[in-house]
Amino acid sequence: MTTTTLAVLVPLLPFLGAVAGLLLGRTAPGFVRPLAVLPALAAAVLAVIVAVRQGGGRAIDASTQLTPTGSVPIDLALHLDGFAALVAVLVGVVATCVQLYSTGYLRDDPRYPSYAALVSLFTSAMLLVVYSGDLMVLLVGWEIMGICSYFLVGHYWETPEARAASLKAFLVTKLGDVPFLFGLFALATDAGTFRITGILRAVGSGGLDHPTLIALLLLAGVAGKSAQFPLHTWLPDAMAGPTPVSALIHAATMVAAGVYFVARLLPVFAASAAALTVLAVMAAVTMVGSALAALAQDDIKRVLAYSTIGQLGYMTGALAVGDRGAAVFHLISHGAFKALLFLGAGVIIHAAGTNSLAAMSRMSGLPKRIPDAYWTMTIALFALAAIPPFAGFFSKEAVLVAAEHASLGDTTGVPSGAGWTVLVAGLLTALLTAAYATRLWLLAFRGRGPAVPDHGRQPLVMNGVLWVLAVPSLAFGLAVTYLDDWFDGHALTPTVTTAVLGTGVALVGGLVTYGAWRHTTAMAARPPIGAVAAHPEDSPAVSEAEAIATHTPAYGDIASAPDPADPGRLLLGPLHRHAAVGFHLDAVYHALFVRPVLAGAELVRFLDREVVETYVRGAGAVPRLLGAGVRRAQTGNVQTYLSALLAGSVVLAIAAVIVAAVGA
Amino acid sequence: MSHLAAAAEQGFLSPTGVEIAFLLVGIATLGAAVVTVTTKQLVHAALWLVVALGGLAVEYLLLTAEFIAWVQVLIYVGSVVVLLLFGLMLTKAPIGRSPDADSGNRWAALTVAVAAAAALVWVVVDAFRTQWIDLDGPAQGSTRVTGEFLFQHWVLPFEALSVLLLAALVGAIVLSRKSDNDKEQR
Amino acid sequence: MHLAYPAVLAALLFCTGLYGVLARRNAILVLMSVELMLNAVNLNLVAFDVWLRDTLHAGQALTLFTIAIAAAEIGIGLSIVLMVYRNRGTSDVDKLRDTAEGPAADDEASAMADKAAQEAAQKAEAAA
Repeated sequence: MTTTTLAVLVPLLPFLGAVAGLLLGRTAPGFVRPLAVLPALAAAVLAVIVAVRQGGGRAIDASTQLTPTGSVPIDLALHLDGFAALVAVLVGVVATCVQLYSTGYLRDDPRYPSYAALVSLFTSAMLLVVYSGDLMVLLVGWEIMGICSYFLVGHYWETPEARAASLKAFLVTKLGDVPFLFGLFALATDAGTFRITGILRAVGSGGLDHPTLIALLLLAGVAGKSAQFPLHTWLPDAMAGPTPVSALIHAATMVAAGVYFVARLLPVFAASAAALTVLAVMAAVTMVGSALAALAQDDIKRVLAYSTIGQLGYMTGALAVGDRGAAVFHLISHGAFKALLFLGAGVIIHAAGTNSLAAMSRMSGLPKRIPDAYWTMTIALFALAAIPPFAGFFSKEAVLVAAEHASLGDTTGVPSGAGWTVLVAGLLTALLTAAYATRLWLLAFRGRGPAVPDHGRQPLVMNGVLWVLAVPSLAFGLAVTYLDDWFDGHALTPTVTTAVLGTGVALVGGLVTYGAWRHTTAMAARPPIGAVAAHPEDSPAVSEAEAIATHTPAYGDIASAPDPADPGRLLLGPLHRHAAVGFHLDAVYHALFVRPVLAGAELVRFLDREVVETYVRGAGAVPRLLGAGVRRAQTGNVQTYLSALLAGSVVLAIAAVIVAAVGA
Repeated sequence: MSHLAAAAEQGFLSPTGVEIAFLLVGIATLGAAVVTVTTKQLVHAALWLVVALGGLAVEYLLLTAEFIAWVQVLIYVGSVVVLLLFGLMLTKAPIGRSPDADSGNRWAALTVAVAAAAALVWVVVDAFRTQWIDLDGPAQGSTRVTGEFLFQHWVLPFEALSVLLLAALVGAIVLSRKSDNDKEQR
Repeated sequence: MHLAYPAVLAALLFCTGLYGVLARRNAILVLMSVELMLNAVNLNLVAFDVWLRDTLHAGQALTLFTIAIAAAEIGIGLSIVLMVYRNRGTSDVDKLRDTAEGPAADDEASAMADKAAQEAAQKAEAAA
């Protein structure tokens, strides 16, 4: 088979798996698991083959046109370059891991068939986005991901948090998608085509009339999908979904789509210095803000969610300084270790029976119960904190090097202000990232108190997946010297200055957090706070759903817990209160959007009840009055009827005569 | 053509003897009719009806419809009014003035009647003010003529009418007969 | 003779009968008024027959038929009046009001409508 055929099969197989899973889910439950895992696995293998054949060489383009679509043609097009090949491999591998993990994690879930089918559909949509060479086809995958995320985040729809979160994820990303759509149309109108190659050619020849407008419109959609400030608020709330979904959304799909989209169309953004500056500022605010918020969260998954936002900030920062190689490099390595972190967090939540770090810090012996998760999570946290030689170190260094080049004015077309912004914010975030990674590790695994109840061994499939993902988290960075050819050809190797700076601030952050923890852990002697849900014989998802549902009643808030033993509280000081609620952005949105909409709804309700209803009642009352009047005329006296009849006839006759006389 | 010629000869303000007679009898007839519908004494109403119907018979004579005039006298004055009088008696109508002879509808009735009269008179006068009836020549309604046209041209409807009369006769008998139940009760 | 004389006389007689039909209370008097109206029509028929000199004499033939039908009508009508009088003890037309819309039925219907509206309003409250 040709490379093109294989590439077509990559998104097609999960799609067929999703369709088959939805159709057969009820009638043939035995086929659901193979139908979920095998297409994803096959897609991953095919993606690897495609990547090997493509080999980082010239981009492969293939297209077919199903039907003429007016002035701007829409093609079913493939555009396979090094970025697409490698990201597809990441998506395939992570999706396979997530599907495998889900078979254990949701093994007794009554809605598992539809869940697995939606995950397959999600994967297929992301692969479509990755391989598509036509922006309209890309948009199809983009929107399918939106609706799939809505369904998957709302998987535990019995809990109000999940319902609210799924709705929020959908609405906020849609808020970005509307300008995104306008941006796509504007881009296609300027370039005369939806094909990526055609657009890049048009940009190269300066054929774009409104680069800043287009770039900013597209950025809105990217901010929504990739959870960048100010449209990031859906991502922490999306933690109400099952852990494997979080892993899928955060590591390989959905949030990666935005970054990947900008990477594909980077020349369009690079054509406008204003857009790059906006992108840089957006990235900087996102990075620092999310890292501070992560330090204050109590829910282990929310910590990871904010960390995702921050790492996405690194990627957009790399794009803002014009180095998409670094961005996609970080995307891939982050995908590996973030998937590992989430899947490990799922194991921890099941073993500890809670998702609260405050509760975990009051129980001991967690590493002994789940040694696989302990070791793999440690590796992933090192990667997150960018400690050499883990994968995160190399990719983050690539970003910082690119920012350094830009700030020194070495990169053409990129304002050096953007470079400085990204560089400073990146270093600050490196410090904070190490701090919250250390805090997470210490609170989760170094708790003191009664021993964790024994739930038995975790399912083999879940532990196996963790070790599979640990390999790239550990070693992917070593491939850095080979990656240049796949991307634009920039060197991605770290330089001494940034390596020393980055690692130094990371070590400082980690050590300061450790010191703070030593200081505060003495206060943890109080009895355990919070509720622990233990369901050793049920599937792990049950514990998680219960933990999500009980967090607010137990701690008064979904995001934080009143725990004096938290080192984050000491480190952040007065900032902690604001960081815990995401710097009140939700409250701002509530005041800006939710309350006016509610007021409008109230007004409409009032108008409906008082005004429209009055008309309706009047419309009912007038015929009733008329009816009463007509009924009164029904006297039963024949002479009255006859009088009225004859009077009417006389009137008609006179009218006819008068008309005739006048007419004559 | 002939009546146009007659119209030219006869003026509106020079009434012939027949016209004067017609007018006088007409006024008497109308007066009797008005009294019939307004009097408070029910039996008097029937008697005034006789006067009105008799006046109409005279008008038929003046219009040279002799046979119809006699039929009018025979059937209306002779039988219908007698029937009506019997009806009044059978329903124990009060003799003498009865104050409630008119219903509460009379003002509405008056309005409708006056309006209809005004409209009709206006239209009729407006339509026929230049038309004249030529009464000269052989009588058009003598018994002979009537017998000829009735039994030459109208014989079939005439026979059908006899069936209708029979049906009415039977119907009247059935309706006015006292039922068997009534008899048993007594 | 001027055609307007019989025509106007017929019109006035007809309207007199009309008044009688509408204003009289006793059913037999109403029947008398009907006779007056029929006679007015007869007069018209005869007058126009003479005026037109119709060879078929349709007007006069119709007048004869009308007289016969009037006789039949008065027979049937009187027997009906007699029956009504026998059954109800009166022959006044404005007392025969069986087809009137009763006030009780009216109140009941409106009360039911009000109740239904109230229930609907309560349901709407509960739903809101």
